[in-house]
Amino acid sequence: MHETDLAVIGSGPAGMAAAAEAAGLGLRVALLDDQPRPGGQAYRDVDRVGPMRGAVLGPDFVDGRRLTAALDDPRISHLGGAGVWAIEPGFTICYSRENAARLLRARRVLLATGALERPMPVPGWTLPGVMTAGGGQILLKQAGLVPRRSVLVGTGPLLYLFAVQMVRAGINPAALIETQTRGDLARALRHMGGLFGGWGYMTEGWRLLRVLQRAGVPRIVGAQEIVIEGEDRAEAVRFRRGGAQHRLPCDTVFLHHGVVPNPQAARSLGLDHRWAPRQQCFVPVCDAWGEAAAAEGGVEGVFLAGDGAGIGGARAAELQGRLAALRIAEGLGRIGSDERDGRAKPLRRQLRRELAVRPFLDAAYPPFAEALRPDDTTMVCRCEEVTAGEIRRAAAQGCPGPNRLKGFLRAGMGPCQGRVCGLAVTQILAEATGQSPDETGYFHIRPPIKPLTLGALAALAETGEAVGTDKTAPGQGDAA
Amino acid sequence: MKTVSTFLSLEAPGPRVRVWLDGAPLHLPHGANLAAALLAAGVNTFRGTACSGAPRAPYCMMGACFDCMIEVEGETRQACLLEVAEDMRLTRPGAPGDA
Ligand SMILES: Cc1cc2nc3c(=O)[nH]c(=O)nc-3n(C[C@H](O)[C@@H](O)[C@H](O)COP(=O)(O)OP(=O)(O)OC[C@H]3O[C@@H](n4cnc5c(N)ncnc54)[C@H](O)[C@@H]3O)c2cc1C
Ligand code: FES
Repeated sequence: MHETDLAVIGSGPAGMAAAAEAAGLGLRVALLDDQPRPGGQAYRDVDRVGPMRGAVLGPDFVDGRRLTAALDDPRISHLGGAGVWAIEPGFTICYSRENAARLLRARRVLLATGALERPMPVPGWTLPGVMTAGGGQILLKQAGLVPRRSVLVGTGPLLYLFAVQMVRAGINPAALIETQTRGDLARALRHMGGLFGGWGYMTEGWRLLRVLQRAGVPRIVGAQEIVIEGEDRAEAVRFRRGGAQHRLPCDTVFLHHGVVPNPQAARSLGLDHRWAPRQQCFVPVCDAWGEAAAAEGGVEGVFLAGDGAGIGGARAAELQGRLAALRIAEGLGRIGSDERDGRAKPLRRQLRRELAVRPFLDAAYPPFAEALRPDDTTMVCRCEEVTAGEIRRAAAQGCPGPNRLKGFLRAGMGPCQGRVCGLAVTQILAEATGQSPDETGYFHIRPPIKPLTLGALAALAETGEAVGTDKTAPGQGDAA
Repeated sequence: MKTVSTFLSLEAPGPRVRVWLDGAPLHLPHGANLAAALLAAGVNTFRGTACSGAPRAPYCMMGACFDCMIEVEGETRQACLLEVAEDMRLTRPGAPGDA
């Protein structure tokens, strides 16, 4: 079996930075990602993007090449197209690559699995033509596709960034339908302190809004009663603003109201999670190095970095990745604690600056209330087609939490394992039962956390453990 | 099959290869993301749901939602995690004929 010092799951900014830092300190690193190429969500496919697409996506995007270039180190083996389906204590990493299951042994594991879009169940959100804004951006980054006639619905800076990228590509979105209110902004201004720390982000935000204004992209703020209309696909977005009803025809609707930590890998290891009221999501419990608190009967030596450990954005993810690598290298005897702390000091200073703007952003762009409390007929679990009303009825019949819900309904039992609806299910149940989200809990996540085809398993069974030897030459980053 | 895509390609895509969708030939850019290439080719529905047969198409593009599931050589796979290869045989589980 292939053995390594550190297995990093996820090659976004957190995973890439951690791998480079750890390799620089002498560790052998395996960097696994189910995407064929490094970059993660923020820098998806950054190495394949030509000058034209690079100009559309902007300098912050192409800056990701700094991170992919640093993977060119003989101690790093980048395993692209490797979906990790189980992590066993000790650690054995089970993954599928080229339709064969493989195993790899590592002394430490770092989860850098990033974020998911916050579920946004509004009427019509399952229709073809409705996507997440992040998904729409991936089409642009990875395939150079721009929607012909689109509407962006929801809240947050990612919507502005995507809209500006469309403007630069020469096809303006028809409108931004935003759900935050002027009251939210007023409340957010109480976090002025953070604004000074995050000044760069604020000026960037203003710059994006100026571009939209000059391009004549209409912005509707404080939209309510949002409904996506269409028979077999999205045809229009209907909403109310103040006393007036509006209807905007379109082919594509992009939804977004924030991102939340991707819980699958951390939950599958039984790591402790706590509800974060300000961010309206669960976050895994870990220390300032990203080391997960060993839960009762839980696993030790698991680290987390990046948005998977709590939303901080791409630059914070990078810094957290490096901090985790320092602690891991120290734990494995590569550096002393003085050196670790010395190297960590400037990183922590930068991280504080990066995170300063978050309380402001969380308050200025809160999740869309109607999507947190969908009406009874709105579909919540897309896989098994379960509505909010069915979940509330189960609660009224005594269902206390998501796992018991599986005895009532099939919510969360479809192929996505609750990735899309999990948080919404917890919040709807919590409200219906009057419990806190912590008391309500979350779906138990059990391996395989990535689909495992029979063919892939057969390949593992045929050759036993030996199949785990991945022939990828070290450093064969698809990064080059 | 409708060929009008709701998306526009910014750049001329590279060389195309033939794949089969529900038995009909389709020419897609070699090595492109499969879900993106199908959307660009005007394929608007990827599957019908098992419960109600409702049409679905890619939603997240990051392997999370499974709404891009399609059969590739008889195995159900997520199109957004695959790249276009020559002669791929794709079928859409429960999808309406020409959507
Ligand atoms: C769809 C989407 C688009 C976004 N676009 C932007 C953007 O344009 N700009 C921006 O600043 N921020 C963006 N964000 C926010 C994003 O979370 C960034 O802050 C940043 O990418 C986080 O970096 P990360 O390293 O923590 O995780 P990510 O960059 O998300 O990287 C995590 C990686 O882990 C992989 N992974 C997860 N689970 C497994 C597994 N079981 N096996 C194998 N691999 C796995 C994923 O494929 C992914 O490549 C986006 C978020 C989403 C969800
Ligand atoms: S589009 Fe969501 S999994 Fe492929």
